[in-house]
Amino acid sequence: MKRITIEPISRIEGHGKITIQLDDEGHVAGAEFHVTQIRGFEKFTEGRPFYEMPGITARICGICPISHLLASAKACDAIMAVRIPPAARKLRELVHFAQIVQSHALSFFYLSAPDFLLGMSSNAARRNVMGVIADYPELARDGIELRKFGLQVVEGLAVERVHTSWIVPGGVAKPLAAPVRDRILSELPAAKAIVERTIPFFKRALDNFAEQIAVFGSFPTMYAGMVNAKGDLQLYDGTLRFRSASGEIVEDQIPAEDYKHWIGEASLRESYLKAPYFVPQGFPAGVYRVGPLGRLNAASRCGTPAADAEFQEFHQRFGTVAHSSFLYHYARLIEILYALESIEALVNDPQILDTHVRATAGVNALEGVGMIEAPRGTLIHHYKVNDEGAITWANLIVATGHNNLAIGRSVQQVAEHYVDGTKLNEGMLNHVSAVVRAYDPCLSCSTHAAGSLAMTIQLLDREGTILDEISN
Amino acid sequence: MKKVKVATVWLDGCSGCHMSLLDMDAAIISLSRKIDIVYGPLVDAQEFPEEVDVTLVEGAVSSQDDLNKIRKIRQRTQILISLGDCAVTGNVPAMRNNIPVNKLLQRVYVDGSDEKKLIPSDRVPALLKQARPLREFVKVDHWLPGCPPPAKAILGLITDLLEGRKPEVGQPKFG
Repeated sequence: MKRITIEPISRIEGHGKITIQLDDEGHVAGAEFHVTQIRGFEKFTEGRPFYEMPGITARICGICPISHLLASAKACDAIMAVRIPPAARKLRELVHFAQIVQSHALSFFYLSAPDFLLGMSSNAARRNVMGVIADYPELARDGIELRKFGLQVVEGLAVERVHTSWIVPGGVAKPLAAPVRDRILSELPAAKAIVERTIPFFKRALDNFAEQIAVFGSFPTMYAGMVNAKGDLQLYDGTLRFRSASGEIVEDQIPAEDYKHWIGEASLRESYLKAPYFVPQGFPAGVYRVGPLGRLNAASRCGTPAADAEFQEFHQRFGTVAHSSFLYHYARLIEILYALESIEALVNDPQILDTHVRATAGVNALEGVGMIEAPRGTLIHHYKVNDEGAITWANLIVATGHNNLAIGRSVQQVAEHYVDGTKLNEGMLNHVSAVVRAYDPCLSCSTHAAGSLAMTIQLLDREGTILDEISN
Repeated sequence: MKKVKVATVWLDGCSGCHMSLLDMDAAIISLSRKIDIVYGPLVDAQEFPEEVDVTLVEGAVSSQDDLNKIRKIRQRTQILISLGDCAVTGNVPAMRNNIPVNKLLQRVYVDGSDEKKLIPSDRVPALLKQARPLREFVKVDHWLPGCPPPAKAILGLITDLLEGRKPEVGQPKFG
């Protein structure tokens, strides 16, 4: 038996590796996905004042710090037992949509476009954003500009692009200034135009990826995402919905504070990332997927006109429940459109300039849960405090965690299809990495608890002892 | 002109410094004419190359893997830069430093699980006792503090190095 290690998985956000076991004939016998970093936020935050939690937990992830700031601030709102002012809620939504735009743009244009545009098996030395800039300068510029638009909205509201201190328990630190609102409005049309040309481009390109669509994590699972009372997609507020593989709504309107009834967590021997599962089906049967694909499968519609038209076309083409993880990329583009339409509605709302943006209170409840839809899926922060407001216990379930079991199965499916141990090449292994990229996993987030596709082949005996090892 | 070989490395950090690096926005297009990114989370290089001109390192040294990696990188790099507070001081990853590693893992994977209460041990790197800054293990040539360092500061440092100037960001005093 031989084992191939792909480490680290490149063009993803974090530290991960894949191991593939080959049998004596060189066929794939198994594959596993490992997360190789752990930081222990749940433990080292014990004893900290609860109002420090947004600032500390933002440092879980530099790509979606806004997600952690919002989930944390919502948990803190619950501990203070306050309802935040309406303008604060709208401003938090606005900054969240801006973050969705920048994070999805990063995933699509910077990290995954090299695979679509330059080819999954193309020259590895050029298969990156620099290669895209050289060969597809217009598309590369679109990606840079779209990401920049999202970040400029973040900057306009929150001053810092990464790790802002603007989102606070009880609301936000400062109201929105009219000139900033006007600037956002003036820059919106260009951002929308970018998405409006990228979506048709990608829809046409999908015809070339029939093989990937068929084997990139293409199997039935449940899906989860937040919705409102009507079943519309929600990213900031809302309740959780689980939809079955065949399309029935299994559970609906689950409030944040009830998450533990439905979501359990299992430890895995081979990964620092725990595997959440749907409690009624148990572990490991209770697999579900979250994130852009999970949300578009779970929700009944988006709730904004242009995104809804795309939502309908998406489901007409791939079914009421679309099962291929390759379609995460497509869903991500539809969500960028949804986020831009939502930004437009929010900045045109006269209440957005209201100056009452922060509620103040002390500790009025000893427990609080905050739940939002981060770019990569449902994010839950759960804190317990003592009477003085010091954290006594914390639990965080991050988006990529929910997808852990599905990513593992997808890696296995792609490895079985593309990897042939008798004539290994780098392109085969990049396909395995590419399915991980489709989930846009944030392993930085995952390890609250890089660069190379280095290939190591280990020769193992039947007991798994390493007999020989070749590295390139 | 020969392009300058630049690598970026992400140890125990949050990737915020890498995001700040990308926050140079369209300046990356003109930069791409002067540098090749030969290794890092953004590219698919196979191994850390033998002769790299400049390496920017984000994150603290927290696991045995991080330590092996940074020693190899130092040997193969001409100019090594600690990028951001985690690399410079240990910062947030170092918040675990007064907690024994087994207690930390026990809390997350045993007490914090509903099923399969076990501490991961199969093909995952062991944690070091503490998360420590880069300079405690290897020689560091330049420091760029900040959580994260501003995009302009990162671009400024790279530009200084490209144009052969001594970077303005010096070596901060510790203690």
